[in-house]
Amino acid sequence: MAVETAPEVQVESSEPNEHGYRTFRLGEFEFSRNEYFAYVRWPTGSHVMSADSFLKALQRDVAWDFFYGIVNFDGVVGTVNHYGTVDLFAGRYNDSYRKAELDHLDNFATPLIRETFKAMLDDWTNEGFDPFASPTETGSAFGVKRGDNRKAITRHRVTAKRMVGVPGDEQIRTDKNGFPVNRHFLDVPQDEPEVHAEPGFEKDVAAFNLFAYLSRSDVTWNPSVVSACKYSLACPTTEEYILPIIHGNDRVEWFVQLSDEIWWNVEDRDTGSARATVVMRPGDVASMPADIRHQGYAPKRSMLLVWENGNPDLPEMLSSGKLPPFAVDF
Amino acid sequence: MVALTRYVTKFGSLDQYEKGTLEIIDDDPKHYTYSNMYEVASISKPYEKVAVGKNMEYVLEVLRAEGASGWRTSGHDEFAIVMDGEVEVRLVKLDDPSVVAPDQKGSIALSGEPQGKKMGYVKARKGHMVLLPTGAAYQFHADKPGVILLQTIESRDTVYKWAEICQTIP
Repeated sequence: MAVETAPEVQVESSEPNEHGYRTFRLGEFEFSRNEYFAYVRWPTGSHVMSADSFLKALQRDVAWDFFYGIVNFDGVVGTVNHYGTVDLFAGRYNDSYRKAELDHLDNFATPLIRETFKAMLDDWTNEGFDPFASPTETGSAFGVKRGDNRKAITRHRVTAKRMVGVPGDEQIRTDKNGFPVNRHFLDVPQDEPEVHAEPGFEKDVAAFNLFAYLSRSDVTWNPSVVSACKYSLACPTTEEYILPIIHGNDRVEWFVQLSDEIWWNVEDRDTGSARATVVMRPGDVASMPADIRHQGYAPKRSMLLVWENGNPDLPEMLSSGKLPPFAVDF
Repeated sequence: MVALTRYVTKFGSLDQYEKGTLEIIDDDPKHYTYSNMYEVASISKPYEKVAVGKNMEYVLEVLRAEGASGWRTSGHDEFAIVMDGEVEVRLVKLDDPSVVAPDQKGSIALSGEPQGKKMGYVKARKGHMVLLPTGAAYQFHADKPGVILLQTIESRDTVYKWAEICQTIP
């Protein structure tokens, strides 16, 4: 099975190096890896990351199609989604790089960076390593090139049009369709709601066990739409270990802690200076302002409801000052 | 010898919840609108629609489920997650769809019993998500106090009391 790429896009890559990995070029950026590390080079600098951390971040950027706003791979490298084009940057949101004038940014048409990132993810992900999995549920990212894991890196991303479980929409997860209960959620009740639909109303009388559905998630840190009320998107996800990116949103984002506990380190979006620490426990609700970036830490697999407003006009309204960067003025 | 870990998943409830913490380093705590839905429900009247989340016109409301609610309807889908207790959701297809305008945002209260064909009902327990379909009248019923998290659009009945429910000092 090959990873699908858009035929009109020319991905620029080298022949495999001595470790078996291709080097990729995108504008003035160059990406290479060896057994342990990924290297990013640009005209005014260079940066190194652990290969597994880099691949986990790359996986989210690819799967989310660059998501909302900024996807920081770490404190130096990342992308900004402009919904049609994407900025690839180094040091742009890092105070030290900015002051030293060593930061760099290239803007690309989305298909070019999308296909380059997909090809890099495919080439650099070894057999047995699943970038979406928690550390104790996957093999190693390290070593010389060995095989691939295309099944894991090209997973279907759930985007319910109305609600999971409604006939014709995304379906619930079961043992039979390949979603066993995760080892951390063996105590989560699996009972389904009693749905009594009169004839002719089967598409409108619908319900499902959201907690059981989440207990069967085979990925971590991957918000996916389970219900949509116009632009209001309920995107629950299961979290374990560390969010592999630092998310700088271009709109206010809300978190509802459904189970267990997550710590959030909140930093200034542009400089990285610390602004808050939020520890969320079951039932807690908090908004993340639009001018911060955040990274979560979950000691046990937990259930988090990420609530997004998908209105495409929001980034412009916020950047032009028509909207404040926080959710509510009270 | 390696000890086997038996993982325990922690959920909250009206009877037992423990808030986390918001530790401010360099910001205004109000910018995080930090609350806890069980705490909100514990001080709410039955079926009071208290906003705990707001993003433009969209809201997340917490409802204390207790007894029977009034009937409501909406011109768009809404979604109810039962976060505690057991809730029965009764649905009626309105004979007169003009009761709610197609561009009406948020739900409206109906007076009395709705006129229309019974669509069915759902018995939902903790963790269950229920569709409240566009154009249908719906009513909640709970024998014992419970908590509903409602994904909807703000209405004239949405209650805002941020200063009462959110952390406002560092």
